[in-house]
Amino acid sequence: MKKKAKYVIIGGGISGTSIAYHLADAGENDIVLLESGYLASGATGRCGAGVRQQWGTESNCRMAKMSIDFFEKAEEILEYDGDVEFKQEGYLIVNSNDEEAALSEKNVRLQRSLGIPAEMLTAEEAKEKIPHLNTDIVHSATFCGTDGHLNPFLMTDAFYKAAKKRGVTFYTYTHVEDIVTENGAIKAVKTDKGTIECEYVINAAGGHAQKIGEMVDVDIPVFSQNREILVTEPIEKIQGPMVISFSKNIYCQQTPHGSFIMGRGDDRDAGYSVHSTWKFLDEMAKTAAGLLPPIGELRVIRQWGGLYNMSPDRQPIISGCDVNGFYMACGFSGHGFMMGPVTGKLMSEMLLGLEPSMPLEELALERFEGQDLEAYETNVV
Amino acid sequence: MDPNKVIICRCSDVTLQDLHDLFKEGYETFDEVKRIARVGMGPCQANTCGKIVRKEIARYFNRPIEDVEFHRMRPLTMGVKLSAIKEAAEDEEES
Repeated sequence: MKKKAKYVIIGGGISGTSIAYHLADAGENDIVLLESGYLASGATGRCGAGVRQQWGTESNCRMAKMSIDFFEKAEEILEYDGDVEFKQEGYLIVNSNDEEAALSEKNVRLQRSLGIPAEMLTAEEAKEKIPHLNTDIVHSATFCGTDGHLNPFLMTDAFYKAAKKRGVTFYTYTHVEDIVTENGAIKAVKTDKGTIECEYVINAAGGHAQKIGEMVDVDIPVFSQNREILVTEPIEKIQGPMVISFSKNIYCQQTPHGSFIMGRGDDRDAGYSVHSTWKFLDEMAKTAAGLLPPIGELRVIRQWGGLYNMSPDRQPIISGCDVNGFYMACGFSGHGFMMGPVTGKLMSEMLLGLEPSMPLEELALERFEGQDLEAYETNVV
Repeated sequence: MDPNKVIICRCSDVTLQDLHDLFKEGYETFDEVKRIARVGMGPCQANTCGKIVRKEIARYFNRPIEDVEFHRMRPLTMGVKLSAIKEAAEDEEES
C-alpha cells in the first residue's frame, strides 16, 4: 500500500469514484480511493437505479439537471467501453389528492424555471404514458421525459475506469480504522492494510459518513436508515417511465433488462442494518399491485436493503469544515446515485479553489446552525 | 472447447470467455463479477452458475475454492408472485 498521497477519498460508490475522476481529470495525480468492500457495494449498488430532476428545492433541481446532462454524454466523456444502460423515458410522479397536486404545481414551476422540462398531467394523460396505471386511485401527475434509468454498477465502473486511467489508485476490501489530525489539520488515514499520510480526506462514505466524521470529531448532522427494495423476473417491455408516488409510498420502474425494480420507505429507527423484512414485502406487494395491477402477476426474485443517509433538509452536504483538509459529500437522503456527476465536479472545484458550477451555500455544513427548514425537500420516497 | 461457446450463466447468457475477460480486467471476486456481468442476478439466483463461477475464479487465480467467497444469499428462495404475497398479507390482516 502507498505510504503517502495528497488526497484520500473514503468510499467507492458513485460519489467517491466521481470525485476521484473529476480531481484526476483536472490534473491532480496523487489520489487514493479506499473502499471497504467492492466498488458500489454500499448504497450506490443498492439503489433503485432511477435518475430524475423533479425536485422541490432549487439546489436539488440544479444538481439533478447537471447530472442528467452529464449522463447523456457519460460513455463518450469517460470513454467507457460498455453500455451504462441510460434510458430517458421519464418519471411519472402520481398525485393522490388536491393538496399533493398543488405542491406538484409549485414544484413544476420551479423545475421549469431552471430549464427542467417537467409538466402537469391529468389522470387520463398519465394513463397514456402508463396504460396499466390504475387511475381510480390517481388524482393527477407530473412528468419529465428526460428523467429515467441508469445502471448504478456500470456507471460506477465507468467512473472507476476513467479515474484509474488518469492515475488514481484504488484499494478495495480495505477498512478505514482512524484518521489522524495534527494542529486541526489532516495528517493521515489509518487502514487495516497500512497508514497513508495525506493532506486531504474526502468523506464519501454514504451510509457510514457520520462514523468517518466522528474520527476527526466533526459532528455531521445525518443519520442512516434502511430502505428496502425488490426486483422481479424480467419480462418483455411494458413500461417506459418510472412511476413514483410520495403519498402512496412507491417507486417502480422496468429496467432495460426487463425486470421491475420497486421500493418504498417506512418509519424505522436509524441504524446500519440492511436486512430484508417480510413487512416490506407485504406492503410493497399491496402498493404495487394496487397502483399498477398487472405488475402483481410478476414473480419477485430477490429483495435487499440499503442505507439512505438522511440530512435534516434532505439536501446533500458538500462541504469543508473546521478541520483543515477534511471535506465531505454525504447526506444525499436517498438520491446520491443520481447526483454523482455533479458531486464529483463540485467537490473537485472546492478542493482546487475554482469557481463553483452552482451556488454552494445551501449545501454547506454550516447551514444547519440555527436551522432554516423553509427549503425542506418533500420529494423523497 | 471454445470458451465463447461455454455458457456459465444461463439466466444472463454469460460465457466462459466473458468471465476470463473480466478476470483479466481485475474483477477477482464473485461479487465484483456479479455486478458487471449479472451472474447470480437472474431467476435462478446463482443456483446454477454459483459453483461454476467460484470454481473458475479458484482455477484462474490459483486460489483454494474455500477462499473464494460467495455472494450473500438473499430472499426469496424461489420466485413468488406479488399478487400472492398481497393476498396472503390481506388474509392475515382479516384474520
